[in-house]
Amino acid sequence: MAAEATTPLPAGSAQGPAGKLDNAARTGVGTGLGKYLLNRVSGAVVSLLAVLFSAFFIFRVLPGDPIDNLMRDMQSATPELEQALRAEWGLDEPLWVQFWSYLTGTLTGDLGVSIQYQVPVMQLFTDRLGPTVLLGGTALVLSVLIGFSLGAKSAWLSGSKFDKRNVNIALIFFSAPTFWVAMIAIIIFSRELRLFPTGRMVSAHTPDRFWPQFLDIAHHMVLPAITLTLMIYAGYLLTMRASMLDEMGNDYITTARAKGLRDVVVRRRHAMRNALLPTTTLVFMAIGNVINGALVTEMIYTWPGLGYTFFQAIAVPDYPVLQGLFVIFASATVLANLAADVLYWFIDPRARKA
Amino acid sequence: MSTQSTPRPQSRPPSARALRMRRWRQSAADLWREFRAQRAGMVGLIGLSIFVAIAVITPLVAPSDALSVTQATGGRMAPPDGEYWLGTDEFGRSVALLTLYGTRVTLIIGIAAALVAMVIGTLVGIVAGHFEGRVSWILMRITEWFMNLPTLVLAIVLVVVLGRSIAVLVIAIGITSWAGTARVIRAQTRGIEGRPYLERARALGAGHWSQMGRHVLPNVTPLVLASTIMAIAGAILTESTLAFLGLYDPNNLSWGMLLNRAWSNGAMSAGAWWYVLPPGLMILVVVLCFTLCGRALEVALNPRLRR
Repeated sequence: MAAEATTPLPAGSAQGPAGKLDNAARTGVGTGLGKYLLNRVSGAVVSLLAVLFSAFFIFRVLPGDPIDNLMRDMQSATPELEQALRAEWGLDEPLWVQFWSYLTGTLTGDLGVSIQYQVPVMQLFTDRLGPTVLLGGTALVLSVLIGFSLGAKSAWLSGSKFDKRNVNIALIFFSAPTFWVAMIAIIIFSRELRLFPTGRMVSAHTPDRFWPQFLDIAHHMVLPAITLTLMIYAGYLLTMRASMLDEMGNDYITTARAKGLRDVVVRRRHAMRNALLPTTTLVFMAIGNVINGALVTEMIYTWPGLGYTFFQAIAVPDYPVLQGLFVIFASATVLANLAADVLYWFIDPRARKA
Repeated sequence: MSTQSTPRPQSRPPSARALRMRRWRQSAADLWREFRAQRAGMVGLIGLSIFVAIAVITPLVAPSDALSVTQATGGRMAPPDGEYWLGTDEFGRSVALLTLYGTRVTLIIGIAAALVAMVIGTLVGIVAGHFEGRVSWILMRITEWFMNLPTLVLAIVLVVVLGRSIAVLVIAIGITSWAGTARVIRAQTRGIEGRPYLERARALGAGHWSQMGRHVLPNVTPLVLASTIMAIAGAILTESTLAFLGLYDPNNLSWGMLLNRAWSNGAMSAGAWWYVLPPGLMILVVVLCFTLCGRALEVALNPRLRR
């Protein structure tokens, strides 16, 4: 599944004649990077607009009347609350007025007010961002390190016992539902062995100094980070393995071997360097995957990040939070893809010729 | 036809239809031979037949009150014993029976959602591969957009807004998982479009839809099949995750819903591993079976992957 997403499409027909002129005027000479950037950035802007449109469509148009929907699902619904919300969300206005105020609001950082917390969604976002970045970042780094090194070695020894075992284990974690792996981990390591705490990020009694806090957070993060890593490393392993297998058929490998280089050198300096090209961008492109995983992991370990906030909003349902976080999550993936494209320009000279 | 009832010489060429059927049978047989040569794929296929059998047989032979909350006889979350060999749930129902029952709904949602994804993905892929220029560009941007989006988040949002029913789950999962198929099919369509017989069809005046329907579609069908089988694995995982997050159809028991019930009724703090282990293992094994089948089929279709 993940193997399809290896390389971004080369910069191609995305550029109209107007863009070319514009770009040439701006940079003086028609440098490739300017053109490439303009192409990619304009693509990202269109994607971001698509995110905004789809959020409006899903939350305001699709359900008919979101307030009716909300009142049906909410336990403590009163006519007063309904009136207040209707006025607050401006639902008595025509649809295009609503869309305009939604658009201007979102672009100025106003994502509405959470129903359950009664604080602005933007504030909720800034409060909860840290834990998610910490957990997601740790798991991402771990899974990249593990996935890439195991994948490269697996391809190098393809067909061996090591390779088969690696691929099989990766496939099993690829197939296992994350939340279930987490449940088993909690039962084994928290309930039975009492090694790790089951929830939240810090214990209440930890002294408010750097080292005790640091150690406590690290202690709380062990299980969530391992769970998330197990969920996402398999994709990296399989992609790296496929990419490496592609490189191994090339002539330059034979040349390197013929020069009498040691096996490790051929693998690390020659094959892996080239295999890294398509896979590095994959790290950025798989941000959506990390968000999916973080959502489930945070929910199970009650990790106080964005995913847990999103989960809590489902049952209420807290539409402003769901909508705001949907826009943020989707925008994050669009921006990560833009970053991947830009990075690709710098690490792969072939992209510059496209 | 009646005027031609006199026996004709053997040299009469077979009709186009007969030729097509024969060629189709031939390639299907070739594919099967390549598939059968792979042990992992066969293991997956056998596993899947067992799951399908479970899904079909369980409602027929199991006691009809197995799902009834009021007629349950076991203790509350009782550990496995002679009568309930996988213990009981919070109402005293047999976890073993519940797990077997869950097979049907999980498979139905997974397969239906993958079919939705298959139809969208194939249509978008063929159209984007056939028409070059603006249409293709727009379709591929949309595909890329769906590919990179956090699909689980989008699916959750859709189910919350549209309501919790099987139909909504199928549509939400289908809409969020067609992009990979579209991309593969587009690449394949591009390759086929360059072949001489399509040039011939174009020269004979075949319309766009005839080119796509009669010439491209049959050629991408095997690939669509492989891609769909992989998509079922993904759809089952997504369904289980959605259900675990509380987004399930309450009238239709799936494995994800079972795990959600276990979680929200305190199976974790009660240490009721017998309630948590079986549904999750079933998900893992069925997803693994679909993945193994899909991978084996891909290898059988693509000689380059055979190493």
